[in-house]
Amino acid sequence: MIISVASGKGGTGKTTIATSLAAVLGSRAQLIDCDVEEPNCHILMKPVLKTREVVSLPVPVVDMDRCTRCGKCGEVCRFSAIIVIGDQVLTFPELCHGCGGCWLLCREKAIREGSRELGVVETGFAGPVEFVQGVLRVGEAMSPPLIRAVKAKVDPDKIAILDAPPGASCPVINTVSGSDFIIMVTEPTPFGLNDLSIAVDAVTQLGIPLGVVLNRADIGDNGVQVFCRQKDIPILAEIPNDRNVAEGYARGDLLVTSAPNYIGLFLQMIQRVQNLVGSQQQAVRIGAL
Amino acid sequence: MRIAITSTGKEMDSAIDPRFGRARYIIIVEKDGTMVEAMDNVQGANALSGAGIQAGKLLADRKVDVLMTGHCGPNAFRTLEAAGIKVVVEQSGTVKQALERLQLGNVKFSSKANVEAHW
Repeated sequence: MIISVASGKGGTGKTTIATSLAAVLGSRAQLIDCDVEEPNCHILMKPVLKTREVVSLPVPVVDMDRCTRCGKCGEVCRFSAIIVIGDQVLTFPELCHGCGGCWLLCREKAIREGSRELGVVETGFAGPVEFVQGVLRVGEAMSPPLIRAVKAKVDPDKIAILDAPPGASCPVINTVSGSDFIIMVTEPTPFGLNDLSIAVDAVTQLGIPLGVVLNRADIGDNGVQVFCRQKDIPILAEIPNDRNVAEGYARGDLLVTSAPNYIGLFLQMIQRVQNLVGSQQQAVRIGAL
Repeated sequence: MRIAITSTGKEMDSAIDPRFGRARYIIIVEKDGTMVEAMDNVQGANALSGAGIQAGKLLADRKVDVLMTGHCGPNAFRTLEAAGIKVVVEQSGTVKQALERLQLGNVKFSSKANVEAHW
């Protein structure tokens, strides 16, 4: 089972929730940090990293002796990563999405695959929890291919907890697609609600069941609750604004370490998610009959 | 000699558009001021990425010799350089005023981009 933890808004407690979920699951869990631009699960999980592989993207390299300047490569590239101008062929590797269209179309076979390093995928263990993270190369703007490489480490026999990047753009959609369930972490403020509703609109297109975890549930207003009722989104758990939790986080401790009284709440959350995923699959099966 | 000037409108009195790749219009004139074309750059203005590269290619296809604009990023600059198009940046006011500055020789050609790449 794959559970993504997303939020829309940064700083709502996504990583806090994802890491504690993994911690209470222990050896059944795989924690996968998909926020490759700024991975931070490792700060709380303190994993021992064992493997490290470089992920790169194929980019075009042109053999000017074979090239006839026909321009087909430039016409097919919607990102302008390759262009024929005058008697030159310019390539812009940082704009290339690695689709391979240019070298497939080149009749003269003048284009070969070079590579551009996107970042690394690291794996290891944090106690009994299997840990995976991606780290985007500094200066690299394109994270989805690295996120896909990170997600390739998902073990179908475990409960994979995916920590998504904040927001509602490509990196988030790339992270959550293929999940069985999405946990949206939010806070009960107008800011939380605004970003939650944008993120919910985006991921609803994927048809994945979702639920909300209200963090710092006793601050702000009841806008998020009203929204969830209207949209028929279950609220999976409410975590109060607890000074112990904040101090623990500041020290780099897991929520369930600094406040063990929440272990039960996290176990219930997983139970709830499993039930919701189960009933969803049941509904699909009944619908298929 | 053909001169391309980025513009917010289709007239010689229109204000210069400070952007190159995402300029609303690009006006192409002969050095004596005869208008060749007011190119609608809506495609570039809405491009996903590589707007400057595409605009550079369009100017090369139209055999432009000089580009006058506000800002020019590194990818656009490389494209223009490959096409042998000289670049004048930091232009403001109207299209006509920019052309007059060029006619009087009151401009400096750039040797590099004057803004960072962005996408």
